[in-house]
Amino acid sequence: MEKIKLTIDNTVVEVDKGTTVYAAAKQIGINIPVLCYMRLEHMGIENKPAGCRVCVVEIEGRKNLAPSCSTECMEGMVVKTHTVRVINARKTVLELILSDHPKDCLICSKNGQCDLQTLAQTLGIREVHSVENAEVSTYRKDYSPALNRDMDKCVMCRRCEMICNKVQTVGALNAINRGFTAVVAPAFEQDLVDSPCTFCGQCVAVCPTAALTEFDDTKNVMQALADPTKTVIVQTAPAVRVALGEEFGMTPGTIVTGKLVTALRRLGFDKVFDTDFAADLTIMEEGTELLDRITRFIGGDKSVKLPILTSCCPAWVNFFEVYYPTMLDIPSTCRSPQQMFGAVAKTYYADKLGVKREDMVVVSVMPCLAKKYECDRDEFKVNGNPDVDYSISTRELANLIRAFNINFASLPDEDFDAPLGESTGAAVIFGTTGGVIEAAVRTAYEVFTGKTLAKVDFTELRGLEGIRQATIDFNGTPINIGIAHQLGNARKLLDGIRNGMYNFHAIEIMACPGGCIGGAGQPLHHGNSGIIKARHEAIYREDAGKTLRKSHENPYIQKLYSEFLGKPMGENAHHLLHTHYFDKQKI
Amino acid sequence: MNKIKSLDDLRRMKQAVESGIDIREKGDVPEEKIVQIRVAMATCGIAAGARDTMNALIEKVNKDNIHAVITQGGCMGYCYAEPTVEVRVPGKEPVVFGDVDTKKAAEIIDKYVKDGELVEGIIPMNFQSINQ
Amino acid sequence: MGQYKMHLLVCGGTGCRASESARLVDVLGEELVKQGLEKDAQVVTTGCFGFCEKGPIVKIIPDNTFYVHVMPEDAAEIVAEHVLKGRRVARLLYQDPNSGETIEDSKHMGFYQKQLRIALRNCGFIDPECIDEYIARDGYAALGKVLTEYTPEQAIDILKKSGLRGRGGAGFPTGIKWEIAAKNAADQKYVICNADEGDPGAFMDRSISEGDPHSVLEAMAINGYCIGANKGFIYIRAEYPLAIQRLEIAIRQAREYGLLGTGILGSDFDFDVELRYGAGAFVCGEETALIHSMEGERGEPTVKPPFPAESGYLGKPSNVNNVETFANVPVIYLKGPEWFASIGNERSKGTKVFALAGKINNVGLIEVPMGITLREVIYEIGGGIKDGKKFKAVQTGGPSGGCLTEKHLDTPIDFDNLLASGSMMGSGGMIVMDEDDCMPAVAKYYLEFTVEESCGKCAPCRVGNKRLHETLEKICEGKGTEADLDYLRNLSSVIKDTSLCGLGQTSPNPVLSTLDNFWDEYVAHVTTRTCPSGRCKALLHYSIDTEKCTGCTACVRVCSTAAITGEKRQPHVIHQDKCIHCGACFDKCKFAAINVQ
Repeated sequence: MEKIKLTIDNTVVEVDKGTTVYAAAKQIGINIPVLCYMRLEHMGIENKPAGCRVCVVEIEGRKNLAPSCSTECMEGMVVKTHTVRVINARKTVLELILSDHPKDCLICSKNGQCDLQTLAQTLGIREVHSVENAEVSTYRKDYSPALNRDMDKCVMCRRCEMICNKVQTVGALNAINRGFTAVVAPAFEQDLVDSPCTFCGQCVAVCPTAALTEFDDTKNVMQALADPTKTVIVQTAPAVRVALGEEFGMTPGTIVTGKLVTALRRLGFDKVFDTDFAADLTIMEEGTELLDRITRFIGGDKSVKLPILTSCCPAWVNFFEVYYPTMLDIPSTCRSPQQMFGAVAKTYYADKLGVKREDMVVVSVMPCLAKKYECDRDEFKVNGNPDVDYSISTRELANLIRAFNINFASLPDEDFDAPLGESTGAAVIFGTTGGVIEAAVRTAYEVFTGKTLAKVDFTELRGLEGIRQATIDFNGTPINIGIAHQLGNARKLLDGIRNGMYNFHAIEIMACPGGCIGGAGQPLHHGNSGIIKARHEAIYREDAGKTLRKSHENPYIQKLYSEFLGKPMGENAHHLLHTHYFDKQKI
Repeated sequence: MNKIKSLDDLRRMKQAVESGIDIREKGDVPEEKIVQIRVAMATCGIAAGARDTMNALIEKVNKDNIHAVITQGGCMGYCYAEPTVEVRVPGKEPVVFGDVDTKKAAEIIDKYVKDGELVEGIIPMNFQSINQ
Repeated sequence: MGQYKMHLLVCGGTGCRASESARLVDVLGEELVKQGLEKDAQVVTTGCFGFCEKGPIVKIIPDNTFYVHVMPEDAAEIVAEHVLKGRRVARLLYQDPNSGETIEDSKHMGFYQKQLRIALRNCGFIDPECIDEYIARDGYAALGKVLTEYTPEQAIDILKKSGLRGRGGAGFPTGIKWEIAAKNAADQKYVICNADEGDPGAFMDRSISEGDPHSVLEAMAINGYCIGANKGFIYIRAEYPLAIQRLEIAIRQAREYGLLGTGILGSDFDFDVELRYGAGAFVCGEETALIHSMEGERGEPTVKPPFPAESGYLGKPSNVNNVETFANVPVIYLKGPEWFASIGNERSKGTKVFALAGKINNVGLIEVPMGITLREVIYEIGGGIKDGKKFKAVQTGGPSGGCLTEKHLDTPIDFDNLLASGSMMGSGGMIVMDEDDCMPAVAKYYLEFTVEESCGKCAPCRVGNKRLHETLEKICEGKGTEADLDYLRNLSSVIKDTSLCGLGQTSPNPVLSTLDNFWDEYVAHVTTRTCPSGRCKALLHYSIDTEKCTGCTACVRVCSTAAITGEKRQPHVIHQDKCIHCGACFDKCKFAAINVQ
């Protein structure tokens, strides 16, 4: 790699050709402030429209200040990052941005988590020059079951637009209008629900301000908890336990399963269960479906379509319903673990307790915002009563814990309740990309071959690359597996399948970077992909620490089948655990 | 139309068209008797009524049986005096008239083209062009 | 045909009229009759010769005699000597100010060299819809020459030697631009012609596209040969339907002749041109924004580098020049780079087309050699200020240029001088202002445009220009403070310093240049709350002259805020606290009893 030498603030630094001034400065410990710039290193995600102009620096010989985030280093360049001119420019520009931003920081949902607020603090803004009758941008608020848009707070960093178009290829959000009225919005300023939005929520995950936020369900949850007539049970997704600690100052990657259970109990949930239980159940169903399809396919049954696609990710489901309505017969018909849990809870478990369906409230804690949309889908309701009543994000849970005066860090560890709290390591890895398919392989292999796996770790399926493929030897039968995370990569895979470029038996797709660990409901990463990586590693640590690591070995699952469901893909299972998809093409 | 296949072709073509007048169009009228009239037909001229002027000129020339070729041209830059019309009477310097409405168009034919009498509204050419 | 032997052309331009040219016409006519020559010679009033300081002007044809400062009392002598005896009146002839020589034939006057048409050489002289007429005037000969005589490197070298700089505004050396695009190896490259002329009041690119479309096509083909591109695009705003139509016809004709297409003029060079339409956003004149718009993306600029020459349309090396730049190219190859470089001044070669507008007599499109002074443009070519008013400022470079004043009148116009004076060449808009124009209001007006046209991508331009505009509005409404002036200055320099593209980097120019050159006017607005040129309505102070007021009560009846009171037939009073400065009383008063300050 060609090297380049330059001087930044009187320090000579050597960098690879192609390095930006911002990155070069970082290398020698100079943190140039940024606002619109964001990079998720391990995910290949970068936003640098060079629009906010906060990161400007002085470069000798150049007439104007240059945005360090998108200015490449050149041999012999002399850069100054904190001259009077630079600091004045930065502050003036930030003041301008603030002059068109609501001043409701104290009551803003992003208070304390807002990049704009942090920046104002860093640059020491104490006053914003006010022009009499200065116009402030106001836009119609847009609420959906999952995301809220309050574009008054938009700073035009374009992160959401980048993630929605370049990373997810959903194209729901784009810059519209120009000049002072320029803003990011769905086409024709329609509501998100009418747009091709998949509610993956990645726009929320990267929004520096509170322009894009989740729909807040905490009030509903508190009300349910306070209602003595209701039996309120909770399920928590695998990715929550490796991220929640961050909200309370713990190192990313800290596993807080025990504290999470204790906290939920102290919040007043009648039973604290685990979505992981439903994940094991998913494997039973999906693994069976996979084997069934493969066996029939190999047997020459022309009506069978391969590959089978996972269907745990609600944003992914929304995505193929909108963009691939002609391929609706390819994904697995399995409901997601959240919905399997809800369906089992409000039938099997409610019966056990002798509680009427209407008196049971099922809350899910999810790393995800699309789950809010998912539990609102009509097909997951019985007489209008949803299988899962409320889905709250990891962040919302943290807010609840804080609101209930719980000192999370000092909580003792407790265990999930039985019977819907027991799970295997296979369920835990659902939380990261490649996990669902690995869990499915662990079970499918043993069922297909009738042999016990020597080694349950399929490392060839792991990693953070956007698209991965591997072939697993099922005792002489090679099974081709594809994995994609981020919807843009999913699109590539799907297009490849359509063009006959790929020949997969099974494919796992997750909408978010890194899978659920990078979900939009997780504590904010603020552009630090190291956090996502740490969660990824923690997931596998949690798996490795489990005694049972194959879904079909979960005794409560076995019991559920024997007592209630019958056999996988049987009639009862089909009714409760499977679903169908709709053509939701927008244009 | 024949393709121009070489630089020599192009040179021959230039010589052939240099006179600027399509003789075939005017039959056997000798070239030196043909009056050339060019109406500035850029957006600005058209907005100011150059199309009407052009039509009026064509009508007038046909009616009065004058050997003239009327063509359109681009903007001459005289925004303050659109529509503008350039008239080349054989043997004389070209004259540019400004603010040529349909009435003035007829006047130009009657007075200047027929009798050599100038009419008001001449725009003196005050520039050099490298192509003159 | 033609009973007159001679024509006496008398300038009827505003300047000459002011110096009695109208009477001169009468007197000349009378003299002709008196001397019995009315059948031999005709007196005609013409438009402005653009030589107003020497007016009144009389030009005699066919001998092209040019008389200056002709007074009615000179009429008899002109008729007796020149018309009758064919002898020029020597004392009235124009003298070359440099050589002191008397010029007899106006064709040799230096004045006529003030305007030199290179880019506009064919505009108005050929039928733009007829390729033959273009060929008759050496059209496509430059392309032929380049293809047969030069390697791409040699051809680029010639362009570099000519010193041609981009006419779109920034003045980047065109030859170097081509060279960079040529050096970037790629399987596909593109030539892009920027015809997205967005400056209000500038229309030279439209005029060239409409009047001489083939010159653009020819230059693009030369460009393609030089950089190794076989595909060209003309990005043109959809609001230019005629230009589009003419370009389409030109492309079709060039294809029919084989001047576009494969194996052009027997060479192995292929080149074709396509049109792409823009929606007319000002920012799409910026080359990266233009390219994004061509790609179907939002028309927004991106950071350079990478320059289009490295990564342009569809990520391929692309060379972007505007229409006027291209129109200069064929001539350079035909007449040689030395010839081109001999025109203009040291750093800026050739000519520049300007669109003269505003308070000037000869509003129009002119093409002048670089290095000409503003004074020559305004007073000679432009015929001076309208209605004999006093010159105040000239805004060059379009909406984001600066306002230059009296002190800049004798500065030679070139890219660098304009920049140094706080303005810029821009695409060549030139708007003249007179004493009635209020400079803070002028700055506000221009900011209105940039606020409207900002793409909104970068914060300083999106929000900053809005705040500049609001502050100027406040000042013009008489609500400004001295602190606002500091704010304007700091904000303007930061917007200039930090904006992403040329739009934002130049949009504060009207503010900065008026602050620099008309500081007192700003101070008057914010301290004494007055508008020296009387333009800002809110700052006008209406009062009643008690001497003139007859107490007719007409003003009382039109005043919408009941700010005027008084007894019938007694002098009235305007109550300042209620007056909203609408001026209705002033318009209504028949006795000129309302004073405005």
